[in-house]
Amino acid sequence: MIQQILFFLVAAAGIGLFAWQVRKIRANILKGKDRAMGGPVSERINKTLLVALGQQKMFKRITPALLHMVVYVGFLVINVEVIEILIDGIFGTHRVLSFLGPVYDALMAVNEVLGALVIVAVAAFWWRRNRTQPVRRLTGVEMRAWPRLDANIILYIEVALMLALFTFNTADLKLHQQEGVELPGAFPISSLLVGLFPDSVTALHMLERIGWWIHITGILAFLNYLPSSKHFHIIMAFPNVYYSRLVPQGQFSNVDSITHEVKAMMDPSYQVPPAPVDADGQPVVQRFGAKDADDLSWLNLLNAYSCTECGRCTSVCPANLTGKLLSPRKIIMDTRDRIEEKYESPLIFQPNKYDPETERVKVDEEGSLVRGKVTPEELWACTTCNACVEACPVNINPLDSIIEMRRYLVLEESAAPNSLNVMFSNIENNGAPWAFSPSDRFNWADELYVAEK
Amino acid sequence: MAEQVAKRQVSVPLMADFAARNEQPEVLFWVGCAGAFDDRYKRVTRAFVRILEHVGVKYAVLGMEETCTGDPAKRAGNEFLFQMQAMQNITTFDGYGIKTIVTACPHCFNTIKNEYPALGGNYEVIHHSTFLQQLINSGRVKVQGGESYKGRRITFHDSCYLGRANDIYEAPREVLAALDADLVEMKRSKANGLCCGAGGAQMWKEPEPGKKDINVERTEEALATLDGNAAALDALYGVESGNAGTTPAPKANAQGSIIAVGCPFCMTMMSDGVKNKERESSVQVFDLAELVASAEGLNA
Repeated sequence: MIQQILFFLVAAAGIGLFAWQVRKIRANILKGKDRAMGGPVSERINKTLLVALGQQKMFKRITPALLHMVVYVGFLVINVEVIEILIDGIFGTHRVLSFLGPVYDALMAVNEVLGALVIVAVAAFWWRRNRTQPVRRLTGVEMRAWPRLDANIILYIEVALMLALFTFNTADLKLHQQEGVELPGAFPISSLLVGLFPDSVTALHMLERIGWWIHITGILAFLNYLPSSKHFHIIMAFPNVYYSRLVPQGQFSNVDSITHEVKAMMDPSYQVPPAPVDADGQPVVQRFGAKDADDLSWLNLLNAYSCTECGRCTSVCPANLTGKLLSPRKIIMDTRDRIEEKYESPLIFQPNKYDPETERVKVDEEGSLVRGKVTPEELWACTTCNACVEACPVNINPLDSIIEMRRYLVLEESAAPNSLNVMFSNIENNGAPWAFSPSDRFNWADELYVAEK
Repeated sequence: MAEQVAKRQVSVPLMADFAARNEQPEVLFWVGCAGAFDDRYKRVTRAFVRILEHVGVKYAVLGMEETCTGDPAKRAGNEFLFQMQAMQNITTFDGYGIKTIVTACPHCFNTIKNEYPALGGNYEVIHHSTFLQQLINSGRVKVQGGESYKGRRITFHDSCYLGRANDIYEAPREVLAALDADLVEMKRSKANGLCCGAGGAQMWKEPEPGKKDINVERTEEALATLDGNAAALDALYGVESGNAGTTPAPKANAQGSIIAVGCPFCMTMMSDGVKNKERESSVQVFDLAELVASAEGLNA
């Protein structure tokens, strides 16, 4: 009974704390500017099923895709067991789902096989990250002390959870063997391990309880680690894909406030709609583009919380590949760090923990996203080629954020590189980005002959 | 050979002339700034007009009424200038009642097709790769009677604003397939294609400090693909996607190999890359329209 009460309190505290952290993150995301959402719901659901649930975009690279699939399916299936653990814990039952009979056998067997495969996959992940020359996309200036540690912590926790699972299954199995009772379920991995466990019934009881408690408290602790971690993507991937853009990737967002201005210039009778007002009825002064994280749209901020720092974007970025400072992943990570620095932060917040020696991007200001974290040099290196957008397995759009920040630099600070200012004035004066006379525009058609056939 | 063929001078029809006669062309050919001013891309514009004349499409151009779509301004963050340009063009289009636009520039194509609707301009916009594909498929262009590309090695460089931006991957490849050439794919192709380095207004500025220029990286990949040089491909920093098959058979320093493009900026960047690698004598960069016009024997 005491165990049940204790369990109930621990579970309630764990879930409550998680809900409290999620509220903070939701508040952070809603600091972003409104952005009209279009498109049919059916298309969004379809895309969510394919890209988020079905991991469609992961399969551009087969090895990590299969390893990830193992951990992902393991996570989904083991969640069924977590339901059983929660019920057992609260009501003092033992393996409450065993009434499912053969289904339960299959469930437990699949669980165990997946659990073992998860350990193998996690070992492979660890090797890919921590060997002398890690996979290139897992390196980079933004992979500072905290992101690197975070990635490893996730792997260690996952192994610990699997080991706890095997501990209580094996102890339970051996306990039942000692007592001559059959344990419901099939345990292909644990049955191999029974020989390693002590014969004492007391010790087995202890091991079963310890394994069980470590497994469930570990899961609750991990749940509360998620909001501070890149691992939050296991939840955020779904809303992020659902809300991602349905329009062609080449279509950049329109700035409606500028449309009103331009229309009013061209047609004096055009009625500019009144500016939006805040809660006190004062007009909201919005700057053009994004200087700080909260100038971005809420979709950009949702992106920032969905990023698992896998670096597929950066690994295909033409600027990054050729040694420029730009890394799309860094833009996304900087956005998240900045919004948490300015507003709410989850339990563990240490994005600024880095190794100064590896830090290449020097910022010269504090207290904003542009220049405080993202330098103009990074922003101007982008070719807007959409490779990062295409590469992201959860449909994050770093390009959208980059363009918002370029808009701020150009429209608020007139801080474009000089050669671009020349290009702008060429368009204004000659109607072409180069300094050609508009009267020469049709010269290409002179002396044009075609073979008569 | 071409000298013996009968030729006629083309007087490129203007939209204003159609309007004066109270007529509508089937399609407006949007030339674009590069097509009108860049010496290299003017040859593409002229090749495309030869094809239009040859098949007898009722087309027109805007001539001096054309002005920049605003694409470079928008990519560089100058939304105000972009919208000024866009509104001006929309006024011109709507003044003539234009419905269908074809262009040889993926940037103009993308901007007019995707970004003008939010400003009130709605048109059917066709990139010339799709247009050429349709002409070939319908038999109006036979890709015969001119220069033969049979067996020549060609690789197509996907433009970002045609490919990823608008999912057009097959049309240019079908056009090239009609040439009966030895088509080879770069490892980074289609959705995984590598940018030439000119997009996002990079065309008008120096690149940021780095180890290499993007167009050199891309040209090295194209050349290694044309040469079938597996070692050179493996040495490229960024080729790790494992996508799109195997290295073509070796064809060392193949004479007459071609990098095909469908974009004026890719044309500049890839041509500069070939010069940088000192391979102009063996590898040429051509636009799809140039290849079709020459295969059809339309040059005069």
